[in-house]
Amino acid sequence: MALLKMKFSQQRRVRLAQGLWLLSWLAVTCGAFIFCLGVYIKIELLRRDEVMENTEIHVVPNLLMMVGLASIGANWVASRVCQDSLDPSRFPRWNVILLVWFAVATLLCCLLLAVVVLSYALQGRLEESLKVGLRNGIRFYKDTDVPGRCFQKETIDRLQMEFRCCGNNNFKDWFEVQWVSNRYLDFTSQEVKDRIRSNVDGRYLLDGVPFSCCNPVSPRPCLQYQLTDSRAHYNYEYQSEELNLYSRGCRQALTDYYMGLMNSTGPGVLSVILIQVSVILSMRYLQTAVEGAMALEAPEGESEGYILEKGVKETYADIREKVNNLLKFGQVDPASEDAGAEEGEKAAEAMEKAATPPPAS
Amino acid sequence: MAVGKITFTKTEREKLAEVLWLLNWISVVTGAILFGLGLFLKIEIQKWQEVMSEQGILYVPHMLITTGLAACGINYLGSKICLDCADTNKFLRWKLVMMPYIVCTFFFTACVLAGALMCYSVRSQLEESLYLGLRNTMRFYKDTDTPGRCYLKKTLDLLQIQFQCCGNADYRDWFQIQWVSNRYLDMTDSAVVDRVRSNVDGKYLMDSVPFSCCSTLSSRPCIQHNLSNPAAHAHYDEQSQQLNLWRRGCQQALLDHYTGIMQSIGLTVLLIWLFEVLLVLTGVRYLQTAMENVIRLGDPESESEGWILENSLAETACYNFNIIKNLGKCYQVDDDPNINVPTAAADREVPSHQVRVNVAS
Repeated sequence: MALLKMKFSQQRRVRLAQGLWLLSWLAVTCGAFIFCLGVYIKIELLRRDEVMENTEIHVVPNLLMMVGLASIGANWVASRVCQDSLDPSRFPRWNVILLVWFAVATLLCCLLLAVVVLSYALQGRLEESLKVGLRNGIRFYKDTDVPGRCFQKETIDRLQMEFRCCGNNNFKDWFEVQWVSNRYLDFTSQEVKDRIRSNVDGRYLLDGVPFSCCNPVSPRPCLQYQLTDSRAHYNYEYQSEELNLYSRGCRQALTDYYMGLMNSTGPGVLSVILIQVSVILSMRYLQTAVEGAMALEAPEGESEGYILEKGVKETYADIREKVNNLLKFGQVDPASEDAGAEEGEKAAEAMEKAATPPPAS
Repeated sequence: MAVGKITFTKTEREKLAEVLWLLNWISVVTGAILFGLGLFLKIEIQKWQEVMSEQGILYVPHMLITTGLAACGINYLGSKICLDCADTNKFLRWKLVMMPYIVCTFFFTACVLAGALMCYSVRSQLEESLYLGLRNTMRFYKDTDTPGRCYLKKTLDLLQIQFQCCGNADYRDWFQIQWVSNRYLDMTDSAVVDRVRSNVDGKYLMDSVPFSCCSTLSSRPCIQHNLSNPAAHAHYDEQSQQLNLWRRGCQQALLDHYTGIMQSIGLTVLLIWLFEVLLVLTGVRYLQTAMENVIRLGDPESESEGWILENSLAETACYNFNIIKNLGKCYQVDDDPNINVPTAAADREVPSHQVRVNVAS
């Protein structure tokens, strides 16, 4: 019992070929769209490369770009097949290529599905990478004279202003790091000496943040230093002050941004998967219908198209048997030798029988 | 002697009509472009309208928007007219509309030119408006509790961050205004009271700037306070001072930004105007005169002449000038022989005597 059998008259076959040709060109455009999406996400990730520690998240845009290119190629091949499908002399040469094509197209759909899953699953890895990257950025903020780290100050400042965030988790991360370089400290000042002495590692730590943490929405001019001391500033309450600095941490801000980017591409990718699946199914119908028509005595007549020749279970059993035979090919089995000898006799008889009827007809 | 006289055969007339139909459709597209440019300019100006003292320069985008819409309408009508002009019979339908259509096209082309010139001439008005607007915004920077001014702090901070500028002409403008609100000043502190008393207007002036003036390119943490006294900061040399704050004034930054936009828009509008005048307007004029001459000659198959002006420029100018000169004279006495003009002989008018008329019965 064939799976999802449908009858195709000549006109329906023509319509199917035309519709599939259009659909495969649509799928080519979708492939180009997927490629461009991958390029865009990759560029966005590369822009903030300096605050990410590893590039594991790059697998999402890389896959998108690969799948986009492969899908353009595969669907272009599908459109060529459609053009040849109704010509009985040209269609048979596509048979082997079609087998490969089905495998490739199904693989592409699976990869696209994997991309959608990965974009959710890799969120934790992205957060880890950002946490380490930002921690290093904050630590090396003061090292504007060290080659290889001199850009960190500008990067972190621009990042905090653009994403409206401060520090790694929140602004208190700045209290634990010396972000003022020793070059700009006046070591003759008593205050500086006290601070350095009060710290085990001899670092100049203060309860202050850089200017890029300041929130423009705040009604009062920005307070950057002596933040934990409510008496240091007039009309200032440390615990209840909310608007003075950005309250969000940069790790959270960046994660939200990238997750938002990848989630918003989710519906687009899912619809491309749908289009690709419909191309595969239509191609299968076209292949079986045209092959059925070519086997008929009257090529203009009705033929049947199906997805699988037998039902799902039978096809699965067939495939399993074929795979078993392939695996048993190298083995020598005494039981099968006798069975093989019997089969050989039966085959010889069958060949004799086949040889005799033709002279009679 | 006609200006620009060309002879047209029937096929040439039809070709001209077809070409003009296409040109009119292209003009509809350029009209839409004009509209889009006007809209874009309006949005750009309105983004920073809070730092401009008056909205006067909005007449430039408004002119572009109305001209763009008029262009779309007139050229759509023109394409219909030109399509019908290929056929002499259909042209008769439009005979009366042709002249007003050409006059309208001429006027809106003049408006396009005016729009382009406005883009270049608005610079001085913009400069004045920005200077006054920025001065007021800086004055009201501290008034975050006054309705109508509470957003000026946020606007100015974001402006200085985005355009990388500080103050009106430069950062010293901040030294001359009180940008810290009295709400955040401890009036019991003697230092504060001294500062306020030392000033004629009782303003709290400091040699400090807001955080948004800080430059991200500086290699040291931003120095915002005690800017007039470099010795107050450790190792604050000339180079540090150069990089510490944004050096450019916001008036200059915004002026450059808007001048750049308006110059590109002005150039595009000039190109559109050239296209309109050289191709569309002259083409339509030739078509109109050629079709009118064909109708005057009576034979639709014959050749006809087209021109830009029937007589030379000087004669047309004289003719039109005479019309204007004689406009008000239509109620005055002139050389019409039917009007009885009392001459000098009438003074000696003989009293009329009764004329006996014998009524023949």
